[in-house]
Amino acid sequence: MTDLIAHAEQRLLQPGGLSTSDIERVFARLMTPAVDAADLYFQHSRSEAWVLEDGIVKEGSHAIEQGVGVRAMSGEKTGFAYSDEIVLPALLEAAGSARAIARAGSDGVGKPLAIAGSRALYPAVDPVDTLSSEAKVALLREVDAYVRAQDARVKQVIVSVSATLDTVLVAGSDGTLAADVRPLVRLNVQVIAEQGGRRESGSAGGGGRYGYEELLANGRAHRLAREAVRAALVNLDAVDAPAGTMTVVLGPGWPGVLLHEAIGHGFEGDFHRKETSAFTARMGERVAAPGVTIVDDGTLAGRRGSLSVDDEGTPTNCTVLVEDGIMKGLIQDKFNARLMGMRPTGNGRRESFAHLPMPRMTNTYMLAGERDPEEILRSVKRGLYAVNFGGGQVDITNGKFVFSASEAYLIEDGKVTRPVKGATLIGAGPEVLQRVSMIGNDLALDEGVGVCGKDGQSVPVGVGQPTLRIDAMTVGGTATA
Amino acid sequence: MQAMTNREPSLVELDRLAAIGEDVLKRCRAKGASEVDLGISVDEGLNVGVRLGEVESIERTRDRGLSLTVFFGKRKGSASTADLGADSITKTIEHACAIARHTEEDPCNGLADPALLAHDFPDLDLWHPWQITAEQAVDLALACEDAGRAFDARIDNSEGASVQVGSSIAIGATSHGFFSRERDTRHMISVALLAEDEAGMQRDYWYEAVRSAGDFPDVASIGRKAAERTLARLGARAIGTRQCPVLFAPPVARSLIGHFLSAVSGGALYRRASFLLDHLGRRVFPDFVQIAERPHLRRGHGSAAYDAEGVATRDSDLVRDGVIERYILGSYSARKLGMTSTGNAGGVHNIVVTPGEDDFAALVERMCTGLVVTELMGQGASLITGDYSRGASGFWVENGAIVHPVEEITIASNLRDMFGAIEAIGNDIDRRSHILTGSILVGRMTVAGS
Repeated sequence: MTDLIAHAEQRLLQPGGLSTSDIERVFARLMTPAVDAADLYFQHSRSEAWVLEDGIVKEGSHAIEQGVGVRAMSGEKTGFAYSDEIVLPALLEAAGSARAIARAGSDGVGKPLAIAGSRALYPAVDPVDTLSSEAKVALLREVDAYVRAQDARVKQVIVSVSATLDTVLVAGSDGTLAADVRPLVRLNVQVIAEQGGRRESGSAGGGGRYGYEELLANGRAHRLAREAVRAALVNLDAVDAPAGTMTVVLGPGWPGVLLHEAIGHGFEGDFHRKETSAFTARMGERVAAPGVTIVDDGTLAGRRGSLSVDDEGTPTNCTVLVEDGIMKGLIQDKFNARLMGMRPTGNGRRESFAHLPMPRMTNTYMLAGERDPEEILRSVKRGLYAVNFGGGQVDITNGKFVFSASEAYLIEDGKVTRPVKGATLIGAGPEVLQRVSMIGNDLALDEGVGVCGKDGQSVPVGVGQPTLRIDAMTVGGTATA
Repeated sequence: MQAMTNREPSLVELDRLAAIGEDVLKRCRAKGASEVDLGISVDEGLNVGVRLGEVESIERTRDRGLSLTVFFGKRKGSASTADLGADSITKTIEHACAIARHTEEDPCNGLADPALLAHDFPDLDLWHPWQITAEQAVDLALACEDAGRAFDARIDNSEGASVQVGSSIAIGATSHGFFSRERDTRHMISVALLAEDEAGMQRDYWYEAVRSAGDFPDVASIGRKAAERTLARLGARAIGTRQCPVLFAPPVARSLIGHFLSAVSGGALYRRASFLLDHLGRRVFPDFVQIAERPHLRRGHGSAAYDAEGVATRDSDLVRDGVIERYILGSYSARKLGMTSTGNAGGVHNIVVTPGEDDFAALVERMCTGLVVTELMGQGASLITGDYSRGASGFWVENGAIVHPVEEITIASNLRDMFGAIEAIGNDIDRRSHILTGSILVGRMTVAGS
């Protein structure tokens, strides 16, 4: 961590002539007697993206973002200001604005800053520099050619790669001093296939917190390309999806977006402090079937949703949300944990220095059960087998959530038969996981493409689950027969 | 360029941005760029939040940005920075130019046709800075929330009320002589309330968005509207799977028009990723449906005299008597399709759907038996196939009267069938966005539920 702090100071503080002693001056300005806690979040971010379409690498872009966010908290009140100039006058001005939330008073002090110990879950590399521009262009062309060679029905191919490096330094009035250097890369392949005048698209993507070489290791680009083609071709033969309540079997991996919507958001601490979640005051109660254990785990090395420390400087954890069907834990940041008399769980996250932190998920998944996935499918007389999804959404107050299947099949007499068109599935978070009757032994995490939105802020996340049988869920197709 | 008659701070700042813009143009040309397009903006704001009668947050925002596109012949590179420091600007120029050396030639690349550029910059009445202190904003938010909480004893919790004050100034410049300066303001008041009965908790919200704070209704009315909407949801339940007419209330009717606009946008068309491919001149809606773009509405949420490339915007019909009259194109997609830019680089401006005679109540009566949808969930609309399946909540209607609130259902069809099955458009226009439409009654959809 000491190395990371030194690196972050060099990147973030030195260009503006700042040092950690200046940070203490800012805290002196922030910490009036009525202020319970305050923090500073310094960030420098650079990112790039390259896009191939129509067989040519037509777009390339680069973006720089840097600044500092200053937050002061007094009871349930938060004052916030930020600046894109990391210099002392701007910091002091932001501190003056932020502390205005509390009653005016004399200056105070924060606790002495102390570097927290933590482990690095990813290398402190700038992924943009891990591959030359020529090699990125060549990669996109090679993937394009590979996709087009798969099937003559492929008519349009869009391939993109992107990379971001975030360098952050967090200082808190509680003495927290933490730094993190966060690489993030991603490869996406989108295909449009045509057959007899019908057009369908398929896409696949993956990535994580590492450089390009790891993104491309073990033939992953070709595997994602084949997956995108396969998804498009399957949908060319899809028939109308069924409408109504039926047994649903969810495939492993990305369908874990179910847990993100049905459980995860409703377990975020801010909604519990405000008592607006459908899971309010249900701690210790049954919210899922026996055998269902769900965790939020920010500690998985290299995963898209992982963080060595969260955006408040708290080391991330593996937090048990549901254990054997019983509600066990919440997703917390410092602010809500303090007000609720709980411990922060390392889930305080923000989109950037220009946004306030909130309790947010990292990688949310269900632990494996013991059933063979084939056995789960065989157990269903008539139902839907959904293996891939687009996004989801939840109303945390009434618990109703949706997620949209992009690849699904009918199950008839225990066999997977015809592919059906995409359809939205809807359910109620506090109820749907109580209808889980079989849990597969095939836990998988997603490929690394998740983006979670809350209050207008986007952060990268991961999901995962084993194959699941849910005895009754509403499937939003058009076929009512 | 417009004449400057006074020196208020925003105009001084615009001058400063213009000077940066001219400097960046020169430096890009010196690096060998044959064409350059850039924009620089500064957005400032104050957001206050209150909850349960107390201040919850006060945020001061100030976001700056430079976005730059350079062309080296037919090769393109883009870069942006969210800070306007000299070092970041230099790096941004270098990155854009370096990228353009690696991207490949695309014959459709380049700046807009000079003949299409805007020369007139009419005052669209978009600049109304709201001189309000944080304390005054807090008082307004409190009044809004208080009115909602006092409306009914069943309103027992709140997600809070907020007042957002925003102003934006921006310049745009191209190497072929286009230069724009613009200032606009946007302000919003919103509130979300909770109610509870034996069946559980419900939450709903309301907001108003305006260019000028004087156009806000009484803030108490916003709170009461949120309370009414929340209470109306109490006791919601699913209905059985069936086919029936669906009446989309204005805030969700807007999304149907949005799907149409996406499907006739250049990017989806040249990628052959639209279910309305090759539908120009064809009937997609019933013949009473008229949809027009009106970019110059005074105080309009989407008003602009020029698009993102400087092309002049103009009034024109998108749908006349149910027939698609034109696509929505910027220069790039227009060249890809062998057509001319429609002044829609960066999107549409104000879209006006001609209202019918009926208000909401009359449409409910006309539907007789069916579903009113007031909220949609998820992203289940496929542009490429038109297949549509989304989560919904609203009200079940029998014999022209609302019977009970509905939740945990989906509605599904295909957008092409839905557009063709539109039976009426209401005069209850929602004016809070750049898409101006009333309720839309669709004759038949599949509802999946219990």
